[in-house]
Amino acid sequence: MKRLFADLHLKINPKDTQTLQNTIQRATNFGYRYIAVPFSFEPTTSEIENLTTVCKTSGIEPVLRADLYPRNENDLMNSLRRLRRKFDIICVLCDNKELSRQAAKDRRVDLLNFPNLDYRNRFFDRSEAELARSGNAALEIDVKPLFTLEGPARIRFLACLRREITIAKTFGVPLIVSSGVNEERFMRMPRDMASLSYIFGLDIVEGLNAVSSNPLAIVLRNREKLCSNFVAPGVRIVKEVCGL
Amino acid sequence: MKRVKRRYLALQVEMEGVPSEKELMDAIWGSVTRLYGEVGASLTSMALINFDVSCKIVVVRTSLETLDFVRASLACIIRVAGMPASVHVLAVSGTIKALLKHF
Repeated sequence: MKRLFADLHLKINPKDTQTLQNTIQRATNFGYRYIAVPFSFEPTTSEIENLTTVCKTSGIEPVLRADLYPRNENDLMNSLRRLRRKFDIICVLCDNKELSRQAAKDRRVDLLNFPNLDYRNRFFDRSEAELARSGNAALEIDVKPLFTLEGPARIRFLACLRREITIAKTFGVPLIVSSGVNEERFMRMPRDMASLSYIFGLDIVEGLNAVSSNPLAIVLRNREKLCSNFVAPGVRIVKEVCGL
Repeated sequence: MKRVKRRYLALQVEMEGVPSEKELMDAIWGSVTRLYGEVGASLTSMALINFDVSCKIVVVRTSLETLDFVRASLACIIRVAGMPASVHVLAVSGTIKALLKHF
């Protein structure tokens, strides 16, 4: 079966229509089927419509994604309560340990992302992986720092990724490889993204899964949950009959 | 002696202007060397086969064993001859004849 590819982290401003159109057109040419542009606030209806229209014109499926930057655990819970039913994907940028743990164990969080440049604040250890697996959260890796970093900083970044990926594979935490780019020139084809993941310890099949089946599984699972017919996993309303 | 298996890669170069063959190969070698060092680069047996200047499509040869890390290194290229650029792998094949069937 042909793989469908997804880039769940295109960091472009949804209000900048021209950049949005160019980037989405480029993603289509590269063979992506799903893309996500993150919102860090509640988007207006017009912004969502704008994104949907541009994506549909290019023949690509938009995924609504919220990036949360909570200050503490209460802030995270409030944001999740407010936004969970409005977005297909919820990603939490974890920059302290307590927050990482809370995000990993909360089943409403889909993706865990860690600061790319501050390797001391990457808290994806064995405990975090255990919680993430039970909470159905995936680890998201942005490849942009591989292009922008040089020398010792890139070496440290690669070492961190290798360690985290080994832990994630041991505990069975799904991995998502996203671009995390804000410029068109850093965008790469899906198979090139899979090749990039070879650098930090994934083989080519795992790399391809990280840009196709793993992100798609999350998107489809959440869309099913957000559907009005959904009752529980595996249970959905097929037909409502009045008068019984 | 065991025969060395090779792979041919068709690459699309995206940049403003047209680089020379030397500038392009310098960028590719530079990227491989940065990621895997000189020993790693020496294992690739990489060579430029053809460079179509009009559509900026390059064919390079590498050994099968090092294909994965050559592909990773190609994806890491962000500059060619000091200009912002990117290199995309269009096709991979075992023979030049089969590679050219993709175009």
